[in-house]
Amino acid sequence: MNEKRYGVFIASHNKELAEGLTDLLKEMARDVSITFAGGTDDGDIGTSFEKIQQALTENNANELFAFYDLGSAKMNLEIAIEMMENKKVHLMDTALVEGAFTASTLIQANASYDEIMEQLRPLKIK
Amino acid sequence: MLTVDHTTNWLILFAKKIYEKKDYLNELDSAIGDGDHGSNMARGMKAMEEKLKDGQFSNVQDVFKAASMALLSKVGGASGPLYGSAFMGMAKQGGSDETDLVAILQAGLQGIQLRGKSAKGEKTMIDVWIPVIEALESESLSKEIIQDAVLQTKEMKATKGRASYLGDRSVGHVDPGAASSGYLFEAMLDGGILNE
Repeated sequence: MNEKRYGVFIASHNKELAEGLTDLLKEMARDVSITFAGGTDDGDIGTSFEKIQQALTENNANELFAFYDLGSAKMNLEIAIEMMENKKVHLMDTALVEGAFTASTLIQANASYDEIMEQLRPLKIK
Repeated sequence: MLTVDHTTNWLILFAKKIYEKKDYLNELDSAIGDGDHGSNMARGMKAMEEKLKDGQFSNVQDVFKAASMALLSKVGGASGPLYGSAFMGMAKQGGSDETDLVAILQAGLQGIQLRGKSAKGEKTMIDVWIPVIEALESESLSKEIIQDAVLQTKEMKATKGRASYLGDRSVGHVDPGAASSGYLFEAMLDGGILNE
C-alpha cells in the first residue's frame, strides 16, 4: 500500500453513519488513511471529544481534511484540533458525504492541496 | 476567593440540580430542540462527579479542567463543547488568579462565545451568563436575578443552535441551555462561594 500525503477524517453523531461513509470512501480511495469518530463513548447519538481526538491521532497522515455532520461535532472537532500538536487538520464546512468523497478521491489521485480546496469550495454549505 | 473544596462543592451541587431537573430540561429541549438536553447534561454530570470525587486536586484550575474534560467527552450534544469550553476558560483564568470570581466567570463566558460564535439576545446560555456576571460585579447577584435572566430567554427568538431552525416558533419557550446555566449559578450561590 502506497500511503497518501493527506488523510481524511469523519465525525458524526451516529456511529453507523461515520462507519458506513468511511467504508464507502475506502472503496474509492484505497490508499488514503481514513479514520472516523461516531456517537458518544457509550454508543449513543452524539459526539465525544475523546473519540475524535483518538481517531485523529490514529490517522496515518500528518495532514488531514476533516468532515462532520452537525453542530456539536464541529465544536468538539475544533477543540481537538486546537489541542493537536503534531498534525495539521483542515476543518471543512462542506456537505459531509460529497465533501469527504471529493477529498478522498482527489487525494487518491495525488491532487495537490490547492486542487482539493478548489473542488471543496463549492460544496461548502455550513 | 475560590478554593479546591468550594469549587468541587459548587460543581457537585450543580450536578445534583441537573439530576433533579433532568426531565424538565428534556421537556424544554423537546419544544425547541431534540429533547435530550437534560439526559445529555445528566450523563456529563455523572462523569464529572466521578472525576471530582476520585481526584486529588492541588488547585482550582485542575478542578475546572477535570470538569471540562468530563463534559467534553460525555455530554454528546452541543452543550458538551460549550460547557467544556466554559470550564476550560475558567481553569485558565483560575490558574492565574483564584481570587477574582468575576474574572473567572468572564473567562468562562468568553469560552462559550468563542466556541458557539454567539452574541447577547440570541436565546442561548450566554443570556444568563452576561446578566449574572453584571450582577456579581455590582454585588447584587441573587436567585431572583438568575431566574429572571432564564425567563427572559422565553420571548427571545433563537438565531443560534438547533432552535434557530424553528425561527419565530422558538419564541415562547425558555431556552434549555439558559435553564441549565441558571442551575450552575444557583449552585454557586448555594455553595456559599460569595460568602467567602
